[in-house]
Amino acid sequence: MAILEVKGLGISFGGLKVVDDFSVTIEKGQLYGLIGPNGAGKTTVFNLLTGVYKPDVGTIRLDGQNITGKKTIEINQAGIARTFQNIRLFKELSVLDNVKAGLHNHYVYSTVEGILRLPRYRKMERAMDERAMELLSVFDLDGERDFKASNLPYGKQRKLEIARALATEPKLLLLDEPAAGMNPNETAELMETIRFVRDHFDMTILLIEHDMKLVSGICEKITVLNFGQVLTQGNTTDVLNDRRVITAYLGE
Amino acid sequence: MKMNQKRKVFIQNLITYAIVIGCWIIIQIMIQTGNISSLLKGLLVPLCTYAILAVSLNLTVGILGELSLGHAGFMCVGAFSGAFFTNVAANVIPGTGLRLFFALLIGAAVAGIFGLLIGIPVLRLKGDYLAIVTLAFGEIIKNLINTLYVGVDAAGLHFSIKDTTSLGLDETGVVIIKGPQGITGTPKAATFTVGVIVLLITVFVVLNLINSRSGRAIMAIRDNRIAAESIGINVTKFKLMAFAISASLAGAAGVLYAHNLSSLAATTNNFGYNKSITILVFVVLGGLGNVRGSIIAAVILTLLPELLRGLNDYRMLIYAIVLIVMMIFNSSPKAIEMRAVLRERFKKKSKEAA
Amino acid sequence: MSFLSYLINGISLGSVYAIIALGYTMVYGIAKMLNFAHGDIIMVGAFVTFTMVSTCGYPPMVGVLCAIVFCTVLGVVIERVAYKPLRGASKLAVLITAIGVSYLLQNLALLIFGSNSHQFTSVVALPNLKLADGALTISSVTIVTILLCIIIMVVLLTFINKTKIGQAMLAVSEDNGAATLMGIDVNRTIAVTFAIGSALAAIAGALLCSAYPSLTPYTGSMPGIKAFVAAVFGGIGSIPGAFIGGVLLGIIENLSKAYISSQLSDAIVFSVLIIVLLVRPTGIMGKKINEKV
Repeated sequence: MAILEVKGLGISFGGLKVVDDFSVTIEKGQLYGLIGPNGAGKTTVFNLLTGVYKPDVGTIRLDGQNITGKKTIEINQAGIARTFQNIRLFKELSVLDNVKAGLHNHYVYSTVEGILRLPRYRKMERAMDERAMELLSVFDLDGERDFKASNLPYGKQRKLEIARALATEPKLLLLDEPAAGMNPNETAELMETIRFVRDHFDMTILLIEHDMKLVSGICEKITVLNFGQVLTQGNTTDVLNDRRVITAYLGE
Repeated sequence: MKMNQKRKVFIQNLITYAIVIGCWIIIQIMIQTGNISSLLKGLLVPLCTYAILAVSLNLTVGILGELSLGHAGFMCVGAFSGAFFTNVAANVIPGTGLRLFFALLIGAAVAGIFGLLIGIPVLRLKGDYLAIVTLAFGEIIKNLINTLYVGVDAAGLHFSIKDTTSLGLDETGVVIIKGPQGITGTPKAATFTVGVIVLLITVFVVLNLINSRSGRAIMAIRDNRIAAESIGINVTKFKLMAFAISASLAGAAGVLYAHNLSSLAATTNNFGYNKSITILVFVVLGGLGNVRGSIIAAVILTLLPELLRGLNDYRMLIYAIVLIVMMIFNSSPKAIEMRAVLRERFKKKSKEAA
Repeated sequence: MSFLSYLINGISLGSVYAIIALGYTMVYGIAKMLNFAHGDIIMVGAFVTFTMVSTCGYPPMVGVLCAIVFCTVLGVVIERVAYKPLRGASKLAVLITAIGVSYLLQNLALLIFGSNSHQFTSVVALPNLKLADGALTISSVTIVTILLCIIIMVVLLTFINKTKIGQAMLAVSEDNGAATLMGIDVNRTIAVTFAIGSALAAIAGALLCSAYPSLTPYTGSMPGIKAFVAAVFGGIGSIPGAFIGGVLLGIIENLSKAYISSQLSDAIVFSVLIIVLLVRPTGIMGKKINEKV
């Protein structure tokens, strides 16, 4: 069953077609890679999928539901969560509160209940704490729960961002260059984590990555983007052996 | 063992409440034993007012992270709507205390509504643009109230922006808001105890808001708007909420302010942008997001010029210099570095000694 | 006829705002700070002129020149002592420091000159211009103000576009860090900007008080705020924007004083600012800024 179905997606900025006729289908539980040279439009695709930009043409369906042109918040509520190329944590909040912010729409009580500390506040906060700690321990961050997010080391910040995204209980998780700035050991560990997230949370993951080792190591399918257009897509090994892909990356 | 964050926050909050209540008790004892100067006595209600204003502005500047220079405008709205109610309801509710209670609710509600109405268009702007627009709104409010005439007679309320006669009141009519002269004859119902109670409520609202789901959403927006949107937080809603709560608490402070003066006029000194700036200074010196700091800074910086009264003309000069020096000492990257070095050296020494 | 005279007076007031706004916009563009003390430099400039002309009896031109020199030095000193240590600190810290400087200047003036209003003698000693058989009188101050404002803007634009230090200013306002890497002395550039802004404020002070002769230690604060509004109005950082914003603001203020209500004129000016910003969030000539995700 397809979780994500994108057809003919396109957007231009000032006459330049940044993404053009982009289509992709991702099945439930798949680990899908989106690769391409710098400036190919990968992050723009993420921004289109998450409603940061509205597409000029094309449709996006998530789990059968048409989410084209919806706002970021609505899309998150429909079931897409993401991380960012340049980490965007809530820097001044604690590690625990970062994840609890992700639980915002799943453990609801009103502002008045919060200010007056009514029973629902206590009940919900306790449930949130438990759920957030569960998520943190998956990423081995439970020891740092009270740290300020900005005080975490880089690798852990990346993990926290994934934990926060997962807290919103998405159907599809988008990871924008999760291994950027990591050393080979950290990347290897990250690969394990991503695989674990997929299995443990029964998650579908679409990731952008430049690290070919990571992509070939964990992605089952790949789409290659070049100058905003799909160059090729298919099974990982087939795609990575495609001459056109090698040309796009290395030149003639 | 490390203390749990929640417990730490709880204890910190308790200390804040304890300081406020402790000050109230000390002042009460001083009043009972007659050990209080008339100068300090006259400052008690203003001190509460400024502390409330500082805490409420901290919600906008420290917690929401948006610079507002129009806080005095909301105070002005609260002051006038509260004092207006007290004067209109003089015959309906004879007790001044009860009237003050309702006036506080009304002042807070009206200021909150203003906060909401102004927030909807304004909060789309950012940084200095937001600052200048909030300043503009504060000035507009002050200006409009200065031209407003309101009277009441058997037929109900009458409004005018020209003069008293154009209100067209019948012989039973009374003019309540008289343009630049404002409202006169409001009973001085605001006591120190009432002020402390309103301050405690303000602290309670702000602290509990910070440590709740909505407060987390507000701080998430402050730290990273785009990430907050990406996890499904309604940015507009929570920005407006913080802004409106902040405005309504400022409104309550305004009601206190109005019930401490027998005549209330919207002058530049009372409600001009300089007042907003004074409150902002309290917030910044007290520490962004630090409720207790806001209260302490408001109290010290209100008392300081009064304590320096003996120096007459020099006191505001000294205030200005203190302000500049404190800002440089607190925020200059070099000073911060120097302080860190000194602290290290001090630590080393004390370790060697031990 | 009366409309025309209100309009011309509006343009003249607007020209004063424009001169202040030019300084404001340059300082903001480069130091990225709301310099609340800028308005008080105007007041200092006016007091120096006043002292030289009315107390010491020098000719007006000498008075204005002294004011320019004094304010230039003052602006540079303020920048060096109060703002430079805070480079790299939070915006709020700089803002509060600027407010402290503003208090300082006001209270120094209060200490020296007292709180009473001083009668400022116009620095423009030319006869008034009478048009249409005396039905329309335009004061010489008005004409001089408008002309001076245009000259200043043209000189400033040429200075910024044609000189090396002007180019350095543009570079610093665009990207402080990159400018340093290109070998531009950022500290010197900022100091020059403050010098120019303060000199302009001194001129504005003399002109403002020639048209509205009552001078107190608080004379500068409201025009300072309005000039900032004008700068925002026109698009902050843009020199033609500051000019257009200033003139428009002056016209709106004067016409609403004349035809609507003198008490509400400030409210109207500020309302127009809000409407402009809501339609064009970065002002009339401002650049659109997009946040990259």
